[in-house]
Amino acid sequence: MASVSRENLIKWAPLLVLVALVILFTAINPTFFSVRNFSRIAVSSAPALMVAIGVTFIIVMGSIDLSMEGTVTLTAVLFAYLFVALGGTLAGLGSLAIPITLVIGAVIGAINGLVHVKLRIPSFMASLAMGFIGTGAGILLTGGDIVKVSDPVFRGLLTLRFLGFPMMVYVAVLGLLVAWFIQRYTILGRNFYAVGGGEDLAHASGVNVARVRILGFGLAGAFYALAAILVVGRIGQAESISGANFMFVSITSVVVGGVALWGGIGGVWNALIGVLIVGVINNGMVVIGLPDFMQQGVLGALVILSVVLSTDRFSTAFVK
Amino acid sequence: MFQLKAVDKRFPGVHALKAVNFEIGRGEIVGLVGENGAGKSSLMKVIYGAYQPDSGQVTINGKSVRFSSPRQAMEHGIGMVFQEQSLITNLSVMENIFLGYEAQFTRAGVVNWRRMAEAARFQLAKVKLDIDPVLTTSKLSFAQRQLVELAKVLTLEERVKGDLIILLDEPTSVLSQEEVKLLFKLVRELTARASFIFVSHRMDEVMELSNRVYVMKDGQVVDVVANVEADIESIQRKMVGRNIDREYYRETKQQPYDAAKVLVELDNVSLPGKVHDVSLKVHAGEVICLVGAEGSGREGIMRAIYGMLSPIRGTIKIKGRKPTRFNPMRAVAMGLGYVPRERKVEGIVAGMNVYENMTLSQLGRRSCGGVIRVGEERALARDWIRKLSIKAHSEFADCGNLSGGNQQKVVLAKWRSGGSDIMLLDHPTRGLDIGAKEDVYEMIRDMSATGVGIVLVADTLEEAIGLAHTILVIKDGRVTKSFDYTPGAKPSLFDLLHYMI
Repeated sequence: MASVSRENLIKWAPLLVLVALVILFTAINPTFFSVRNFSRIAVSSAPALMVAIGVTFIIVMGSIDLSMEGTVTLTAVLFAYLFVALGGTLAGLGSLAIPITLVIGAVIGAINGLVHVKLRIPSFMASLAMGFIGTGAGILLTGGDIVKVSDPVFRGLLTLRFLGFPMMVYVAVLGLLVAWFIQRYTILGRNFYAVGGGEDLAHASGVNVARVRILGFGLAGAFYALAAILVVGRIGQAESISGANFMFVSITSVVVGGVALWGGIGGVWNALIGVLIVGVINNGMVVIGLPDFMQQGVLGALVILSVVLSTDRFSTAFVK
Repeated sequence: MFQLKAVDKRFPGVHALKAVNFEIGRGEIVGLVGENGAGKSSLMKVIYGAYQPDSGQVTINGKSVRFSSPRQAMEHGIGMVFQEQSLITNLSVMENIFLGYEAQFTRAGVVNWRRMAEAARFQLAKVKLDIDPVLTTSKLSFAQRQLVELAKVLTLEERVKGDLIILLDEPTSVLSQEEVKLLFKLVRELTARASFIFVSHRMDEVMELSNRVYVMKDGQVVDVVANVEADIESIQRKMVGRNIDREYYRETKQQPYDAAKVLVELDNVSLPGKVHDVSLKVHAGEVICLVGAEGSGREGIMRAIYGMLSPIRGTIKIKGRKPTRFNPMRAVAMGLGYVPRERKVEGIVAGMNVYENMTLSQLGRRSCGGVIRVGEERALARDWIRKLSIKAHSEFADCGNLSGGNQQKVVLAKWRSGGSDIMLLDHPTRGLDIGAKEDVYEMIRDMSATGVGIVLVADTLEEAIGLAHTILVIKDGRVTKSFDYTPGAKPSLFDLLHYMI
């Protein structure tokens, strides 16, 4: 059964790249291969994974979402304010801030989707603009200040460990499982693939394509909000740059993980592998002692190499 | 003049061409027919240099040649007019004609557009196309593009010495009857300059145009018929290896429809554009064929019934009710199913597997609170794979990898399994081979027997006559004539054509 066909090889290539990277970094510095270090990678990857999952749904639909930085910033700031206003502890009313933030994220995403669908603006443009609005709103709310969240129960996300990994890693795993369930077992998940694989066909089969798109962006927004909560949990504060860098990391991860940018192919597991590849590269460069000023450039080069190795670039005739 | 001797071509798992002999003389038109997968396209590809034969000989005027690319074949005077039109639609006509050969109009890298336009006009005159070569290609009709494509190939005349051979791959599939006539006339005139190899699914056209016909089956040339002695039925028999007769359209299985039960009623419906005052009724168990030339408005009527086009005047009633804010979603909910002509675009989602495609239109019914009951879905797909003998390794097979006939079966199963009782079929057998066509006819009869109302736009008139209870002839957006057909007493093609043109 387990024949090594080209198709299978492409399917598993991202995982092989991940394994190869782990072996490479371990060979250079054996301390890379330790629970302690893996935990570090997991903590830094957890919020990125949530963002990557959100954008995976959008890319599977054949659209693109660039609003993640703004959405994460805005929801992080709103979460911090809400949390503090509701008593400042997870043991009390403060816990309500979590579902409220998720809903806010979903609403922001849905607005993004509405702008894209109803005003007929390409998702690329609509979401980029929404992202700037989010970042701007974040700056406006904080006035450039930092909002501290120091509730020890909430910070347990980072400080409380189980089997060597902090709680936030398990939250992320739970998020991943929920996302997988949505992708695999719900009408919405199935319709993402139908829209990405053939929008006209989905329409002709009686699928409400506009609704699927708006719900898709809303779902992505909820995952960005979850990422924002994890970011606040990790560093104990929210500010206008809470969402910085997530665009590059998440989209790179999704592509490296093997989700096709033209839609219809890939899923949340690809996002997981992609995030881990980027996380391992980032962490590995530190562990093997690469100088600071070289890391950015090497990251870029390794990402290109990973894309070359892990995606099927020959299935489309042209790369635009 | 041009000859293939014992040409062999193998691919992993397939023996595509088995010792094929082929020749074409100066000014000759040679037809090439065969079922899907008989080896026609492999043979064409060997001729125009896209494939290199594993063994055998290619000779031009007795001299052995070997093409390692289509470009080399072109330098020997062999050009291909593609079925999937190969023009780049955002470039101008003249840029398309001289694509890759602009050097003759350039000086120091700068293109002299005026000279190129002049040269393009000269080429277009050969195909009697009077358009401005500066025009953007996307503005042309399909028929015009086909001619531009031909003009592009005819530039070989000036470029190479010796004789030209032009391959026409299904050139008529997107043309109307009048356009086909014009094309044929042109091709006949052009035989003074070139020989043609003509490939088509439409037997009557091949017979009309060709001097000789090569019949292919399973990678072999099974017969070469000179046109004088040709007889369509015997050629078809050779193509499939069995008889095709009235049984082909399952006429004996045709049952009278239930005249008391009206499923769809159109009352003086006018659509934006061409269609005016169309009235029709579809009854339970009835197969109603819309017949007319390309662009006569048949597709528009179908799309209106499916809610994709809204009428500007008149009413559409589905099962006695007049739906408000009609759209495809509402239509599906009311029991309509639509099998579009463009299977790849609107029929199946490539990349999704068989069961996902089948249940795409009925997920609401196979789920609970938005969560799909996957087990049920898969059981349903397995059931239909067996019922329709769909050739797929399992319900997990990617629909994009199935053959055309099997994809069409999946599309039909999608609507049938969802309980649709009004089916709109737009060219359901287009591009299918004869065996797969028969399967589709069988399904149409089965559906009709269970009381499904079917609106059909057929691929050929014979197909329409063979399948229909009722034929509506449509010309310029109006119903010009209605025929009732009963098995054994079906009128002839001539009766129809009389009202169509």
